[in-house]
Amino acid sequence: MTNSVEEIEFTDVILATGTNTTENHPVISSRIKRAVSQRGAKLIVIDPREIDLVKYATLWLRQKPGTDVAVFNGLMNVIIEEGIFAKEYVENRTEGFEALKKVVEKFTPEYVEKISGVPVEDLKKAARLYAGAEKASLLYAMGITQHITGTDNVKSCANLAMLCGKVGIEGGGVNPLRGQNNVQGACDMGALPNVFPAYQSVISDEARVKFEKAWGATLSAKPGKTVVEIAEAAHRGEIKAIYVMGENPLLSDPDITHVEAAFKHLELLVVQDIFLTETARLADVVLPSACFAEKDGTFTNTERRVQRIRKAVPAPGQAKADWQIISGLSTKMGYPMSYASAEEIMKEIALVTPSYAGITYERIEKEGLQWPCPNTDHPGTRFLHKDLFSRGRGLFHAIEYIPPAELPDRDYPMILSTGRVLYHYHTGTMTRLAKGSMERCPESLVEIHPSDAQRLGIQDGQIVKVTSRRGTLQAKAKVTTRSDQGMIFMNFHFHEAAVNLLTNPALDPIGKIPEYKVCAVRVEAA
Amino acid sequence: MGKTVPLTIDGKDVEAASGQNILEVAHEQGIYIPTLCHYSRTTNVGACRVCVVEVEEAKSLVASCCMPVSPGMVIRTNTPKVRDARRLIVELLWASGDHNCLNCEQNGACELQNLIYWLEIEKPRFPIEHPGYDVEKTNTMIQRDLNKCILCGRCIRACNEIQVNEILDFSQRGSRAKVGPAFDTDYIDSDCYFCGECADACPVGAITFKQARFAGRPWELKKVKTTCAYCGVGCQMDLNVHDNRIVKVTGNRAYEQPNWGSLCIKGRFGLDFVNHPDRLKTPLIRTEKGGELAEATWEEAYAFIAEKLTDIRKENGPESIAGLSSARCTNEENYLFQKFMRAVIGTNHVDHCARL
Repeated sequence: MTNSVEEIEFTDVILATGTNTTENHPVISSRIKRAVSQRGAKLIVIDPREIDLVKYATLWLRQKPGTDVAVFNGLMNVIIEEGIFAKEYVENRTEGFEALKKVVEKFTPEYVEKISGVPVEDLKKAARLYAGAEKASLLYAMGITQHITGTDNVKSCANLAMLCGKVGIEGGGVNPLRGQNNVQGACDMGALPNVFPAYQSVISDEARVKFEKAWGATLSAKPGKTVVEIAEAAHRGEIKAIYVMGENPLLSDPDITHVEAAFKHLELLVVQDIFLTETARLADVVLPSACFAEKDGTFTNTERRVQRIRKAVPAPGQAKADWQIISGLSTKMGYPMSYASAEEIMKEIALVTPSYAGITYERIEKEGLQWPCPNTDHPGTRFLHKDLFSRGRGLFHAIEYIPPAELPDRDYPMILSTGRVLYHYHTGTMTRLAKGSMERCPESLVEIHPSDAQRLGIQDGQIVKVTSRRGTLQAKAKVTTRSDQGMIFMNFHFHEAAVNLLTNPALDPIGKIPEYKVCAVRVEAA
Repeated sequence: MGKTVPLTIDGKDVEAASGQNILEVAHEQGIYIPTLCHYSRTTNVGACRVCVVEVEEAKSLVASCCMPVSPGMVIRTNTPKVRDARRLIVELLWASGDHNCLNCEQNGACELQNLIYWLEIEKPRFPIEHPGYDVEKTNTMIQRDLNKCILCGRCIRACNEIQVNEILDFSQRGSRAKVGPAFDTDYIDSDCYFCGECADACPVGAITFKQARFAGRPWELKKVKTTCAYCGVGCQMDLNVHDNRIVKVTGNRAYEQPNWGSLCIKGRFGLDFVNHPDRLKTPLIRTEKGGELAEATWEEAYAFIAEKLTDIRKENGPESIAGLSSARCTNEENYLFQKFMRAVIGTNHVDHCARL
């Protein structure tokens, strides 16, 4: 997030798109609901599903899945056409406006309605409401990113926010809500194929020399592969060994039949986890880890706040903290790592990670600090890009609309979107064992619109068969207007109805994110 | 906001800010006024009346939580009249419910119990009338015992004003008034999201955490502050530990950012996995492809992996090895993992499921 969680409650307009906040980030959704019901803020929801937040929305734009760029270009078309953009801000703080203007010119509200189904008047109202607000916060999540145009979608969000001068101000910003406890931190720490900690590029000689010196090792200048590319390379036999720490790609990756075949090709699969997951079952070596309640460390939340976790109970049996396991293995391989505590590792992180340089366990004992925190006197950063963008001027990207990779046709006439439900988390390894969550949500459901259900002869609660070009599964139907006509929604928490048997592994060319929000399926009574 | 309202409280001349209520001013001055229904960050409703004080020239005692200060106000917080009123209120509350502390989960952490003790009440002067409600046991997360409810409404305000889940409200009137979901249903049959904010807000033993029932007394529990391991909000919370087991998870509003004590069902009730018998407890090795995983020591596991990785790297180069780190693990672990892949293996093939 460019801004902080707290600011959402005290802004004037909230634009939430591709985020089913009440289910995926319930505590943030309370802030949105309080802003609306107690402080008179206006909420614009742009989402194909009738999510709970719609109840609190002043405006709800129900776009067809995957037409986000068109909707955003349409909003900007109206804003530029009506001259209600932040002219001074655009002049002084950004570049690339003319190119943007040229591209959005053709995205008239009428044209956008044809592509997205969003009515002309609603688009205009939303544009005026967002642009006219003194402070407006744009929130998004995987509904924006899990498309082949995920990167374009994110850039479109940034375009809109900059055009209206909403970045770099209290209560504003472009705010991705991160789905996992430490996905922010994992990225910050360089668990990415192209960057070292703090996004220092592996192809930069300066960065590499710095880390070679710090680590006493020769480092590769060649960017590595992403998760999905690693599976592909394993399938081709180029990658022969994979070391997995705390992930379950056999349930979370797209087109899992393919991933399973790839993993079975490997000469060595090491899986380090708290349970014998679907992936661990295939492993040659399984290493037992301590869970978050059994170790010390830090997580970085969606607002860049580095916060402590603390050991509360002992780990079962011989299980060890992941950092201890890596240290043990590294030492065995001739590169000694002899950290006495997680705190010692944080001291090393602070030395090589400029944005974490001022973070110490002592300073975050009571309350976490938000990076960038460049030195130990720095109070942390509540919102980014205050006077300058990281690159100097904010760059507009002129973006054309590209439809999703796989659209409905005669054989597969409906769109499938996937996501989470409130009661479960990711591949269900943890929440499937929670009595309460299972009491509330014991199985996967296929959310289908009443008119589609009627047409297909499907009753609420009936078992249906869902088939895509890649696979087929069965689950219970839930007849609901939350899904639009022609669209179904399923979660990915249940291996019994593993929705990633169906999903399309088509990737965003830059973000390499799979298009989980749109693939074509056929639904029939089982 | 400047201090612009002069007033006298317990004989002391002070300046208050306009818009403050008497309770806030008293707390600022270090004067204790008991409360039950008051719950910060929600509307003051003046329901319980235990915060009453004397204000000169007022017709009757006033609820300090609801009375804004005005210039020249003369307030007394601890007079015989005030003490008598508080005792009467608390005795009525005591008598109108089944406040049996013997097996109550809140024993030792109950605000009514504390108040009775503080007011030095031996026993209520009214006969105790057991309301006769069935204890709600239809879900595994929240237990509702309306026999212990004092109708302060904190749960309702927590639900509607803090979480804005809009599930709980009062129903019925007078002595039959009760709190619960719409249409007098059990929690499990309502739209409740089981965030548990109501149980954190309850000052007595009326709404408690079912899984913590008989699992440890409040004074036996060790609270360990930590960060939730589910989504990216990073809620701060207390793991309540007894005998090396997590008994329950509570919010703590004093921790402030980012969640001010609020949690959701996953952080609150989703930790059964920690103690689950299926947890991996020892390293496992499959020595032959197609064979079974067998228990091994750490030394054996490290040696097996180190040998294989070294061989594969020697034969196919470092680019033939990849690592998947984890958005679930700590910063320290992600840092070490990528350092291991880069510095020890020699590849940049390291990623995690940020995209999934």
